[in-house]
Amino acid sequence: MAEEMKPGLFEKGGKLYWLHSSIDAFDTFLRVPGTVTAKGAHVRDGIDLKRVMITVVIALVPAALFGMYNVGLQTSTVYGLDWGFWHMFWYGLLRMLPLFVVSYAVGLAIEFASAQIRGEEVNEGYLVTGFLIPLIVPVDVPLWMVALAVAFSVLFVKEVFGGTGMNIWNPALVARAFLFFSYPSSMSGSAVWVSKTWVPALKGVDAVSSATPLAIAHDGAFDAATGAVGQYSFMDMFYGFIPGSTGETSVIAILIGAFILVWTGVASWKIMVSSLAGGLLVGWLGQLAGATVVPCYYQLVMGGFLFGSVFMATDPVTAAQTETGKWIYGFLVGALAVVVRLWNPGYMEGMMLAILLMNTMAPLIDHCVVSAHTSRRAKKAITA
Amino acid sequence: MSNNLDLKKGLNIPVKGVAAPEVIKTVVPDIVAVKPTDFKGLVPRLLVKEGDAVKAGSPVMADKQRPEILFTSPVSGTVCGIVRGQKRKLLAVLVKAGEKQEFVDFGTKSPATAEETKQILLNTGLWGALIQRPYGTMAQPDTTPKAIFVSSFSTAPLAADTDFTLRESLDDIQAGINALAKIAPVHISICKEKAASTPFHRVENASIHEVSGPHPAGNVGVQISHIAPIQKGELVWTISPLHLAALGHVIKTGKLDLTRKVAVTGPAAAKTGYVVALPGTPVKELTQVEGDVRVIGGDVLTGEALGSEGYLGFFNDQITLLKEGREREWFGWAKPFRPKVHSSSWCYFSWLTPKKEYEMNTNLHGGPRAFVETKCFEDVTPMDIFPIYLIKACLAGDIEKMEKFGIYEVLPEDLALCDYVDPSKNDIQAIIQKGIDLMIKEMA
Repeated sequence: MAEEMKPGLFEKGGKLYWLHSSIDAFDTFLRVPGTVTAKGAHVRDGIDLKRVMITVVIALVPAALFGMYNVGLQTSTVYGLDWGFWHMFWYGLLRMLPLFVVSYAVGLAIEFASAQIRGEEVNEGYLVTGFLIPLIVPVDVPLWMVALAVAFSVLFVKEVFGGTGMNIWNPALVARAFLFFSYPSSMSGSAVWVSKTWVPALKGVDAVSSATPLAIAHDGAFDAATGAVGQYSFMDMFYGFIPGSTGETSVIAILIGAFILVWTGVASWKIMVSSLAGGLLVGWLGQLAGATVVPCYYQLVMGGFLFGSVFMATDPVTAAQTETGKWIYGFLVGALAVVVRLWNPGYMEGMMLAILLMNTMAPLIDHCVVSAHTSRRAKKAITA
Repeated sequence: MSNNLDLKKGLNIPVKGVAAPEVIKTVVPDIVAVKPTDFKGLVPRLLVKEGDAVKAGSPVMADKQRPEILFTSPVSGTVCGIVRGQKRKLLAVLVKAGEKQEFVDFGTKSPATAEETKQILLNTGLWGALIQRPYGTMAQPDTTPKAIFVSSFSTAPLAADTDFTLRESLDDIQAGINALAKIAPVHISICKEKAASTPFHRVENASIHEVSGPHPAGNVGVQISHIAPIQKGELVWTISPLHLAALGHVIKTGKLDLTRKVAVTGPAAAKTGYVVALPGTPVKELTQVEGDVRVIGGDVLTGEALGSEGYLGFFNDQITLLKEGREREWFGWAKPFRPKVHSSSWCYFSWLTPKKEYEMNTNLHGGPRAFVETKCFEDVTPMDIFPIYLIKACLAGDIEKMEKFGIYEVLPEDLALCDYVDPSKNDIQAIIQKGIDLMIKEMA
C-alpha cells in the first residue's frame, strides 16, 4: 500500500514530502528497501539494525512473559486471592499492556517527529528501549508518569545527541532514573511492587506492604540456617517468585535472554561475565567487612542486578567499545552496583546508577585502552 | 620477523560462481582501452592523437607531474578514439588492434642496478603497477622503499587462482623478483594451505612468508602490517604477481605482454571460467551480460563497477557479475529464516549451512544508520588496530588521530569486509579513502 501511495505524493517535490521519513519507516518495516550498493563492497551482509534490535526484543520476551505471570502471582499471594495460573498471567498481561502501549506510542511519536525534522530515516533503537522501560518499573506506576519519563529520555538523552548510536546514556535507564528521582513514592518503598489496581475485589483495600528481597536483606533479615531472605528462599529468587520490577525477578528467564544475546553476538559476554565478577567480589568483600550477612552470590539474584548486567550494561552504544574496555567497564558496573547496595543507607538498588555512571565513564575507559595500545605500538616500532 | 603468519580474524564470503580452472575463451584483441582512471594519483597527459599508429609497448600517455612515468598500449594498431568525461577529463585511450602484432623492443638485458630496473618499469608502462604505501598511490620514481611486498595469492571472494593463472610464468616471476630486488628487499607471501603445491614457494632472492587464514589474509596490506608495519616516514611498495610476471617477461624477451587469464565469476555470469585477454578488453568480449547485471572489475568487495560497455582494468584479473538487487523482500528482517541471504551474524541462521554458496546480489539489505554494533569490525580485521577508532578519526578528519590509529597501514581494501558486515550499512571503504585523501593533501 505504501508503494502505491509513494509516487508523487511522498517523493521529493510532492505535497507530502515532509512526511517521507515516516512513510519510509513503515515502508521499510514491511519490505527490505530496494537500495543497491553505490560505493564500497558490492554485496552486503543480510544483517541490519532492525534484525539486531528485534533479536534483543526476542531475548527480552522470556523475562517479559514471566514478569506478567509474576505480577498476577504476587497480587494473588499478597492479597490472598487464590487465582489460577492463567488468571495470574492474564492479569499481568492486561496490567502490562498499557505500559507497553504508552511507552511505544510516546517514544515512537518522538522518534518519528525527530526523524522528520532531521529528514533521516527513523531509527530502530527505540524498539528495544520501548520494550525495556515497562520491564524496569513497578507495574502500578501511573501511565502519565511513564509517558513523561519516556518523553524526557528520548528527547534529552537520545535525540539531542543525534539519535540512536549517538547517545551517551542508556535511554531506558534514564527514563527509570527520571521516574525514580521525580516520583520516589511511586517508584520505591515497599508498597509499590505488588499490583492492586484493576482488581475489583481490592477496591478500597489498603496497599499491603511487600518489600523486595533486596530491601529485606538490606534490613538484615537473613536466616543463615535456611538461606532465606525474609520469607523468600534462594530458589524463590532464582525462579523469580518475588516482588520487584516486572522484568527483573526471574534469573532463569534472564539467563535465557542472555543466552540468546551471547549466541547471536548482539551483546558482549565479556561485559556480562565481568559485571557478575565485580558484583561477586564486592559482595564477598562486604561480607568480610561485615557490611552484610548475605552471601555474595545472593547479590546476583536479588533486585535488578542480573537484568541490568545482561540487558542494560551491554547496550553497544553506551558501553565501552574496546574489548579490554568491556572487561573493565563490566567489572566496575557490577562492583559499583553492590557497593551502593551495601554501603548506602537510603537506597539499596545500585544497578541503575552504577550503569549510568559507567555509561558516562565508558569513553574514558576506551580512551585509556586505546592510548595504552597506541603507545605500546609506538614503543614496538622504536625497538623493531 | 616471522615467516609464518596464522591469521584468525576475517571472513570468507560465500558467493556462488567460482571459476573452474580452465580456459573457456581466448579474446583476439580488437579494440583495447588504456584507462588513466586505473591509477591512483595520476594526472594524465596525452601523448597520442586519433589516427596515430602504436606498437604494443608504445607510450600513449604520461604523468603530468612526473613525465618519466609512461603508460603504454598493450596492443599494436591505431589510436581510434579518445574518451573524455566531464570537464574534459581523460577517461580512456582506445586502440584498434592491427592485423599483425608488432612489439616495441625493450632489450633483453637484465637490470644490474636499481636505476636500470626503474628505467625498465618506467619505459614499459609497468611503473603504474607499483603501489606505494602508505596511501596506496602510484609509486614515486625518486624514492626508495624499505621493502617490496608481493602477495602471491588472493583470498578475496571468487578471486582468480594464481596457482592456475601464473603456473607457467614462474620463470618470468623469478626474473621480475630479481629485478625488483635491486631496488629493495622483496617479500613474497604464499598460501600456507597450498604451500606444497604452489609454484611460488620455489622463488629465490626473496623472503617467503607462509600465510593462512580467511580473507583478508591474502591482502598484501594485512601481511605487511604483521611482517613489517609501516611507520611514519617509511615507504613500502607492492606489486601484484600478475605484473611481476609481466615485468619478468619484458626483461627476458624485450616484449611487453600483458595478456592474462581473467577469471569470469559471480552468480550472474552465464558461464564461469578463465578468459585469456588483455587489460582494456571490452567487457562484452569477456562475457555475456544480460539483464540488470552489474559487471565488477575485480572482486565483490573492492572491485569497480565497469558497466556492460566498459573495459577491463589494468589491475583486473577477475570480473564478477552480480544481479542488481532491486527486488524488495517482504518482511525480510523479521523472517526467522532467509535461505537466500547470507549473514555472518548469528542473528540469522547462515551458520547452519557453512558450506552453502549464495546467489548474492547488490542489495544493501537495510538502510544507513549511525554506528551501533562495532565489534563486528574487529572480528574481520586481522590487524593490530582499532578499526572503529580509525574510521571515526577519518570521519572527523583528525590527522593526528588517523596517524595514531594506523592510517599508514591500511588501504580501503584492507577494511573492505567492514563494509560487508556493518549492520548500520556505512561505506567504510569510502570513509577510509576520504581519510587517506586528506592525509595526502595535508602531508604533501
